[in-house]
Amino acid sequence: MRTRIWKFGHNVDTDQIIPAEYLTTGDAKKLAAHAFAKVRPEFAKEAKEGDIIVAGANFGCGSSREHAPRALLGAGISCVIARSFARIFFRNSINLGLRLIEADVFDKIEEGDKIEIRFDAGVIKNLTSTKKEEYKFKPLPEFMQKLLNSGGLINYIKKQK
Amino acid sequence: MSTIAEKILGEKSGKGREGKVEAGEIVECEVDYIMVNDITGVPAFEVLDELGVELDEEMKKEKVVVVQDHYVPNKDVDSAEQAKALRNYARRYGIVNYYEIGKEGSGICHQVMIEEGFAAPGRLIIGADSHTCSYGALGAFSTGVGSTEAAAAMATGRLWFKVPATQKFVIDGELKRYVMGKDIILHIIGDIGVSGSLYKAQEFYGTAISNLCLSDRITISNMAVEAGAKAGIIPPDEKVFEFLNDSSRLRGDYKPVYASDAEYEEVFEYDASEIVPTVAKPFSPDNTVPASELDVPIDQAYLGSCTNGRIEDLRIAAEIMKDKKVNQEVRMIVIPASKRVFERAIEEGLILIFLKAGAFVCGPTCGACLGGHMGVLASGERCISTTNRNFIGRMGHKDSEVYLANPAVVAASAVEGKVTDPTELEM
Repeated sequence: MRTRIWKFGHNVDTDQIIPAEYLTTGDAKKLAAHAFAKVRPEFAKEAKEGDIIVAGANFGCGSSREHAPRALLGAGISCVIARSFARIFFRNSINLGLRLIEADVFDKIEEGDKIEIRFDAGVIKNLTSTKKEEYKFKPLPEFMQKLLNSGGLINYIKKQK
Repeated sequence: MSTIAEKILGEKSGKGREGKVEAGEIVECEVDYIMVNDITGVPAFEVLDELGVELDEEMKKEKVVVVQDHYVPNKDVDSAEQAKALRNYARRYGIVNYYEIGKEGSGICHQVMIEEGFAAPGRLIIGADSHTCSYGALGAFSTGVGSTEAAAAMATGRLWFKVPATQKFVIDGELKRYVMGKDIILHIIGDIGVSGSLYKAQEFYGTAISNLCLSDRITISNMAVEAGAKAGIIPPDEKVFEFLNDSSRLRGDYKPVYASDAEYEEVFEYDASEIVPTVAKPFSPDNTVPASELDVPIDQAYLGSCTNGRIEDLRIAAEIMKDKKVNQEVRMIVIPASKRVFERAIEEGLILIFLKAGAFVCGPTCGACLGGHMGVLASGERCISTTNRNFIGRMGHKDSEVYLANPAVVAASAVEGKVTDPTELEM
């Protein structure tokens, strides 16, 4: 099964990721059913386990709703690659265990491309036959990697106890 | 040699003055208050359940604040269940600072945090709501977090922060009539863009800022997040101390914190006299233009929210609407930000002015600001609003539009039936 790339633009706000009218549950699967409902209705139906989002600057801006990364996790998204992230979304994702990569590949990766990510080495390989490119990214600071590797903030706290 | 953000985070990290912290560093800090609302609260308490911890006495009695404000009075069965779950959680975890609609001190969470004496200079406050940055207007370092980290902070008393670099904004000069805090912040966001302050703190200085009333300053700090900022801090002055002293509700002591020989990443300077009543067009808060340049008919005018639902906002709108009528083609909705604001507006006769003008008035709630209820838009409808976001579908249908403006512009527009610069009404 192939990993699909879902490409979005700049300043994708959390109202787009999960519209406010669906914020009556915190359940990732239920939220996923309405992910991008207003701007990309096919997403909720077609997104599969392991899919990747590629976006421009300031992904996840707006509300602090943790429902946004939850909805993406519920939809099976394994990683979001963006030029930059809004800070609350960034924190929420790391705290929940959703992998984020800050890399300027917006003009390089297209929907339909096949990519491979090496998180430890900080490399995205574009395996698309016409491209065969490699993009470098700066791995997250050690503290955040520790959070992610623990499976998010709560598991990290549990381990510390 | 530090910004306000560096000083507060340094102090709260326990490193104190000697072990000062610098931008870029990740520190773990003790937080003073933790706020959650009806949308973000239940997921936070579910996390506490999962952790299996009980809150300590200080958390229960003082530090945790729970406010029902977004979808209340319950807008449908799902939101009723959510509010009920939050109510039960607050009881089960023994939360004393629980704010229920209609009751003393209730209202939109950020207004509650300010009125009820939680927000004060030098404090580190987190809230599971992005507009928690509002309390920067009182000299606090306050910032929005997710539900999981709110829960983590409740359980441990601490949370990790990356110390932000700070941008300095200096606004000098005199503001024109009908130009408010909203116009200053929209002007800045229009200039630097919605990611112009990403991961950074903002500090505001200048004569135009010191001349502003506290309410207008709160509007500025409130919308710091709309430029991506982590905090929007205004050094506290007499106006802040007066507000805190006049209010019998201040909790505990506070210690004002000021920058000293700070290194700012960038400095922006603006001439206040050049700022005009400003409108942010759909679908981004940085899509700004002078209100006078627009000739756009509207279906709805919305006055309220944590951004502009205070008594000062209602006063200026009422002043414009006195003895006038809301345009035949427009529905106007007025929602005071808190019970106290509502009571005051009644005492001052403002509510009657709105009602006589043909506006709909209701008790405090986040309402339609985030497309919840109390004025959700249909397809193709356009609303001029004192709120903070105009993203696609923010207030309802994906094909509806929100124009952001100050309360005077919203009132003038309601009367005229189209986006209007209030100074034009006087001509």
